[in-house]
Amino acid sequence: MKQRIGVYICHCGGNISDYVDVEELGKMFHQEENVVVSKDVMFACADSNQKDMVADIQANKLDAIVVCSCSPKLHLHTFKNVAARAGLNPSNYVQVNIREQCSWPHSDRPREATVKAAGLIRAGINRVSYSESLENIELTVKKSALVIGAGVSGMKAAIDLARSGNEVFLIEKDFFVGGRIAQKQTLFPTNQNGKEVVTFLYNEMKKFPNITIFTGATVEKVSGSLGNFSVDIKVKPRYIKPSADKRSVERAMGECPVTIHDDFNLGLVERKAIYKNYPEALPDVPVVDAEALKDAHDFTSKFASTLNLNEEAQTLSLIAGSVLVTTGYDHYQPKEGEYGYKTISNVVTLPELNRLMEMNPEKLVYKGKQIKSLAFIYCVGSRQTKGDNKYCSRQCCTSTIHTSLQLKEKYKDIQTYHLYRDIRTYGKQELMYAESSKQGDLYFKYEEKEMPVVSVDGKSTIVKVKDYLTAKKEMEIEADLVVLVTGMVAREDATTISELFKIPIGRDKFFNEIHPKLKPVETVIKGVYIGGTCQGPKNVSESVQSSLAGASKITALLKSGTVSVDPIIASVDANKCTWCGKCSDVCDFTAIKEVLFGEKHVAGVNKAVCTGCGICAPVCPENVIEIAQYTDNEIESMIDGFMMDFDIKEKGTGEVVEVEEEGKVGMKEYPLVWREILAGMTAEKNTIPEIVANTKLAGELVTFHLMTMNRYGVVVPAGMDAKETYYYYKRK
Amino acid sequence: MSTTINQSPATKSPKILVFSTDKISDPGIDQAGLRKIHYAPSVYVISLPCSSGIKPKWILHALEHGFDGVFIAADGHECSYSSRCAEHTNTIVETSQVLMKEKNINPRRVRMAALCSVCAEPFASHMENYGKILASLED
Repeated sequence: MKQRIGVYICHCGGNISDYVDVEELGKMFHQEENVVVSKDVMFACADSNQKDMVADIQANKLDAIVVCSCSPKLHLHTFKNVAARAGLNPSNYVQVNIREQCSWPHSDRPREATVKAAGLIRAGINRVSYSESLENIELTVKKSALVIGAGVSGMKAAIDLARSGNEVFLIEKDFFVGGRIAQKQTLFPTNQNGKEVVTFLYNEMKKFPNITIFTGATVEKVSGSLGNFSVDIKVKPRYIKPSADKRSVERAMGECPVTIHDDFNLGLVERKAIYKNYPEALPDVPVVDAEALKDAHDFTSKFASTLNLNEEAQTLSLIAGSVLVTTGYDHYQPKEGEYGYKTISNVVTLPELNRLMEMNPEKLVYKGKQIKSLAFIYCVGSRQTKGDNKYCSRQCCTSTIHTSLQLKEKYKDIQTYHLYRDIRTYGKQELMYAESSKQGDLYFKYEEKEMPVVSVDGKSTIVKVKDYLTAKKEMEIEADLVVLVTGMVAREDATTISELFKIPIGRDKFFNEIHPKLKPVETVIKGVYIGGTCQGPKNVSESVQSSLAGASKITALLKSGTVSVDPIIASVDANKCTWCGKCSDVCDFTAIKEVLFGEKHVAGVNKAVCTGCGICAPVCPENVIEIAQYTDNEIESMIDGFMMDFDIKEKGTGEVVEVEEEGKVGMKEYPLVWREILAGMTAEKNTIPEIVANTKLAGELVTFHLMTMNRYGVVVPAGMDAKETYYYYKRK
Repeated sequence: MSTTINQSPATKSPKILVFSTDKISDPGIDQAGLRKIHYAPSVYVISLPCSSGIKPKWILHALEHGFDGVFIAADGHECSYSSRCAEHTNTIVETSQVLMKEKNINPRRVRMAALCSVCAEPFASHMENYGKILASLED
């Protein structure tokens, strides 16, 4: 139990103290027997206060501190660092949120806000009384990374990881690298050929001897954890003898009598059973579909010195310190009959159109008919209020408009109709939308409640749409080809990867990061990162950005050879554990295993794997599992703290703003922002835009702080400018 | 531990203990404050990593020590730890209700709802509605 606690209650300028009587609370908690220091401070986060706190901790030999201010999201680490600087273990610090969860939501009831704040602070003191000094867990890590998926994201990440000196294993399920971008003839906004980008990246990778690429490879088994993942991969055979010369392989490809479904061209054509996705596909070794050739005895015996149909898959074990998953996405596949897909002959998806365009360099021909007009129906399989895919796929609007521009450039005499819900060509991509409108593409806005209908009228295909831009007038568009703009969906095999690495999957079935803003490429599995479209719809540049972020995270993680991880994890009281296995059953991370403790079997926690989620704790029938910093004592003492009643005097209604003299606010120095604002007040009196221009601070920030400075009499209004647009302020 | 002056504050709203989670519902609750969306000051929040980590004994402890109700802001499908989070949290509620029945505590004194990281208004309306329900309970 902590006996020398320091409590700091923040005014936050007036954000807290306007409604909560922080001075009274400061005095009140000073009377507590285990509280040595209790202060109200103007800005707890100000440098000057941080210095005072360090001095207090050292001078009074404080064994724990409680800071009562804003949300821990903002300053948890600020004060943990204060504790560390003062030589106090940061685990002996508790943040109490009396702003977002007290003064602000209860600004209408200041007295009750003060009572609540007292309860919250008491709970914080109770909690910190039970805090224990925890040390980060140190793990040894291997300086190698496994990248899963050799699309543009995976390849870029592999290059960066290798350049930073890591050993890199890049594995790709397909027999050729490149992923989806190889299927695109041109990529916006640079109009580069997707295949050229793939070739460039492959050649770059080849310059690094520390990158090993495995194609036709899948992850079979994963064990170990951060620093030492042990991953078994299965490499499927290509059925081409290593000794075969290139010429004989090419001859075999040319003479192969069997054709199979062409996955690369989305089934629009067939390909030979010895194939490459496209002539320049890399690695430059074709693949044999042995199953398809099993009855072609004459052919296989003719090429017996080239083919080896008995070749077997290999299983290899790799050790990686960290893992980056860049497995990409699948195209949404419309259901049969969805806008006439598969039931009306001239309905295709956007990815299929992209393949058609590449296969038709001169004239756009589909099923023997030249295409002169196309109707694009947007948001197919995306933004479904009632369907599975509620999200927007981000890149399809731009991709369609880019395709539309390419169509006109390539085939000249062609008309496109765009049936959209909203056009989301964000950022620079908006320019393409303008260009498309300029070239005469026609746009019709529909709503989800009245979707376009595709039907056949004799030899024509008609798309009916109620155009919301012309008072819901029903339009009938005759189109040679109807193109369904399909979005991105999570890969079918995402669940397999998720199960192997224990990566959580979101409602949209894509992999889940920890936090979209603060930890955008991290997963709850330590050492496992996600990048690219396996995380959710992204365009190429966004995919690369996220995978490079993942690569940087991994490089930083593996750099020193050891890694320090958060000690907030589960612990089992082995003396009391009777091993029933329930905790192990609910742990999605397999962090708990049966271990021997003396002669008895108990639950053992793998410190490197445990995420501290706490799911195991409530299921323990003996209640012998606790999570550090969330122990029974800590939580129950907080509840007791909330329940204590306090005699709080009325401070006022909160509507009256007390203007205090500079000396009375108890500031040793003004906060940094105030000092910057004062420095920016170069003339005798200044308007807010002038101060903004002088300081380069954001306008909102200057306005907010200037109001507070005015309230505390640091500045005062000094009339309005000539146009009566802005007030002048001057120093008091 | 010292106990402070024992004088009841003027508030009559039922006391609600909210178990929230630091990555998902906490930002939603914080946002309610940021936007000055008012709810009863008798609502207190304890933040945890995941709603599946709440022990039924904590719920009992709160209800036996003066809280009128416990509200679990469940992570549901957004949980970054487990795809079965909603299921686990639901089991915790059910287990608690069995224990509550044994102690003659109305099972409606524990409630669970999914709350997202921007659910500021839904949080305030949950608190208002649950407060009304709790005020009407006579066990």
